[in-house]
Amino acid sequence: MLSDVDLAAVWLTLKLATVVTIILLIVGTPIAWWLARTRSKWKGVIGAVVALPLVLPPTVLGFYLLITMGPHGPVGQLTQFLGWGVLPFTFAGLVIASVFYSMPFVVQPLQQAFEAIGVRPLEVAATLRANPWDAFFTVVLPLAKPGFITAAILGFAHTVGEFGVVLMIGGNIPEKTRVVSVQIYDHVEALEYAEAHVLAGGMLLFSFLVLLTLYSRKGATSWK
Amino acid sequence: MTVPAAIHARFQVIWPGFTLDVDLRLPGRGVTALFGHSGSGKTTLLRCLAGLEQQSRGVLHFKGEVWQDSTRGVFLPTHQRSIGYVFQEASLFPHLSVRKNLDYGRKRVNSGHKVSLDHAVELLGISHLLDRMPDRLSGGERQRVAIARALATSPELLLMDEPLAALDLKRKSEILPYLERLHDELEIPVFYVSHSPDEVARLADYVVLLAEGRVVIAGGLRETLARLDLPTAFTEDAGVVVEAVIADHDEAYHLTRLDFSGGGIFVARRQEALGHRLRFRIHARDVSLALTRVEGTSILNLLPVTVIEVATADTPAHVLVQLDAGGVPLIARITRRSHDLLGIAPGQPLWAQIKAVALLA
Repeated sequence: MLSDVDLAAVWLTLKLATVVTIILLIVGTPIAWWLARTRSKWKGVIGAVVALPLVLPPTVLGFYLLITMGPHGPVGQLTQFLGWGVLPFTFAGLVIASVFYSMPFVVQPLQQAFEAIGVRPLEVAATLRANPWDAFFTVVLPLAKPGFITAAILGFAHTVGEFGVVLMIGGNIPEKTRVVSVQIYDHVEALEYAEAHVLAGGMLLFSFLVLLTLYSRKGATSWK
Repeated sequence: MTVPAAIHARFQVIWPGFTLDVDLRLPGRGVTALFGHSGSGKTTLLRCLAGLEQQSRGVLHFKGEVWQDSTRGVFLPTHQRSIGYVFQEASLFPHLSVRKNLDYGRKRVNSGHKVSLDHAVELLGISHLLDRMPDRLSGGERQRVAIARALATSPELLLMDEPLAALDLKRKSEILPYLERLHDELEIPVFYVSHSPDEVARLADYVVLLAEGRVVIAGGLRETLARLDLPTAFTEDAGVVVEAVIADHDEAYHLTRLDFSGGGIFVARRQEALGHRLRFRIHARDVSLALTRVEGTSILNLLPVTVIEVATADTPAHVLVQLDAGGVPLIARITRRSHDLLGIAPGQPLWAQIKAVALLA
């Protein structure tokens, strides 16, 4: 039913989404924590920057990333200096672009979860001799578990569903940057509607199941 | 009462619309009540002691250790202070069972456990709750677990922020006996924030009265409550606390006699054994005065007293009379008219008729 090329695209998509989700949980947690706790005047600016991909056309984000990471951009110059070559049209480049693109979908649920917890549990933990790191891992993390699950699901699903950024940064290289959404585009271009149907239907089903999971667990608390 | 100042606390916290500015030398044992209306700065002061107000400026010396000295840039973070803190509302970790809540602080303390977990559990009467989750506990049970959790870390200082405020009267009376046991059994200083005069009278040894972020009065419980210069807000509820011993049970009339240095007081029959110590409170409004020992009265409790001082009361119709009953201070709230008719003056011997006493245990 699925050709090898299609399977490779599915596999690449899952790999991309997994790597991006893991990176986002690691990078997004401190950002969300800072946004939830800070009283700095920069909170608005950073919050807006993180949220930009929500409203920006993916091509705009992809364009600027392409320029920055390209051979004449600052990041491109750095990566070439380090002997890594340039990032656009590689899997690594795609990962970096996707991290930016899916950032708000991870940071915002985490920020809301941290805000809902408030400072009190941390104060309680401090009076019970837990240092801030200890308190974060033993109190905040378990209490924010629903937020982390939501963030991971949204980050993963959103990365699976991206198209414009991939096209700008990744192009269409089999097994490197050709993800499912691009593959569907290829099939349609080639008038291979049957193949397009299989992949498109799969995406539809996947997205629906993700959202179904998400919305059915609303209100459920994790520690029980 | 002279108190060895084991704790020196000087804090300044400035927020928009509120300033806390206190300088206190406090005893190293017993219960110190931080008393005042809401907004008086009681909780902020308690949080300063715990190191939870990082913007506070000042000095905190605790039994020879420097916990804070802003001029030298010293600020010991909360988790390094040997304190137990009981918050006003339930603060148990909802994802941990009662047992794991109790273990949380305990396993993070490496020095010797002076208070054993079993003792804390027994003291607060929570042994049957250990395997429950916090959301399966009543409000009173949650607070008892929170107190036990704080005690289980063997703190050198116990800080309690109105631990009973969120509870109804029934739950309050359920916890108060446990707090009294703490008072009797623990050697560590306890700071207890409250706005309830009865709670303070029942539990405290030392009182710090706060108003608008400043210390109005600080001193021993009995002396402080018997002072006449308390702000008006407190004199409407003026009264003194007396500690007495159960001296006799009158089985025929179902009465119990409590003796203190000022004489004997009859109350309705108590269950406690002879020799048991009790605290009771005599409100100023329940004390009337007579020039001679009145005969033919239904009032049971008559004490010989000496007038110490007369002061204005909360209304122009009344005065407050400070009395000495065998070394124990009493206050009577009488009308200015009676004061003039009786010609009350300092040094005068009188008879105090006590209409009611409020037993505090």
